[in-house]
Amino acid sequence: MSEAAQAQTFEPQTFRVTRADLVRYAGASGDFNPIHWSERIATGVGLPGVIAHGMFTMALVGRAVTAWAGAPDAVVEFSVRFSRPVPVPDTDEGTEVVVTAAVKDVAADGNTRLSLTATCRGEKVLSLAQAVIRKR
Amino acid sequence: MPLDQSFIGRSWPPTEPYLVGREKIREFARAIGATDAEYLDPEAARAIGYADVVAPPTFPVVFTMATSRQIIEDPVLGLDYSRVVHGDQKFAYSRPVVAGDALVCVNSVEEITSRGGHDFLTTRTEVTTEAGEPVLTVWSKLVQRGEEQS
Repeated sequence: MSEAAQAQTFEPQTFRVTRADLVRYAGASGDFNPIHWSERIATGVGLPGVIAHGMFTMALVGRAVTAWAGAPDAVVEFSVRFSRPVPVPDTDEGTEVVVTAAVKDVAADGNTRLSLTATCRGEKVLSLAQAVIRKR
Repeated sequence: MPLDQSFIGRSWPPTEPYLVGREKIREFARAIGATDAEYLDPEAARAIGYADVVAPPTFPVVFTMATSRQIIEDPVLGLDYSRVVHGDQKFAYSRPVVAGDALVCVNSVEEITSRGGHDFLTTRTEVTTEAGEPVLTVWSKLVQRGEEQS
């Protein structure tokens, strides 16, 4: 890996997540699982409360990746493991997801593999999160 | 009850084409708070070489989650969806999804494993145009949590 690639830094991206965001994402994605909007059902299955759709968290990480890549069509590969739920309290503030990245490697074709982290209240909510972005 | 191992390697017939709408991409982009012009404005997308607005990277779940029901709702598989959580998700793209695409999904079961009382099901979805042009591949790992011991 070149020194330039290793030295590349990525400004952490912070995303606010409220209950209204989850309702809107449910509608747009078609994922109406009630653990993402009903406190009663979420706590009934042992969750701390309503949690964000894993795919909503992944979408926010995707926003960070495309922003860092500088192009909406630069993502070649994108993968995550959902390791911990993102509880979203019923408040105006909701919660926050913070996304960071580091260069893992640069392939011979110039594609860059990023190692990604997403945290909520200081705890990692994803593991094995990676994205490959195309050389511009 | 463990998942039916005979599902490993099985694939399903291609789904009916999903027609990707410009307004659906816009709705999805707004729902995730993305404001990139190429997701919203056809002119901006044309300027970077696409026929219409391009979709954000995770947009394909809009249709792949729906089509994977042909696997997970098969009673023979034995998946209890009330105990299922999303484990892993992966996308590999040949190109972004673009408004106007008519996309066909071919679903298969790549892996079924069991560990620590939990069952793991990995589905793979090949997404192509009706003409057979590869667009992306999607992998989803679902975790069926073990039943509570009383």
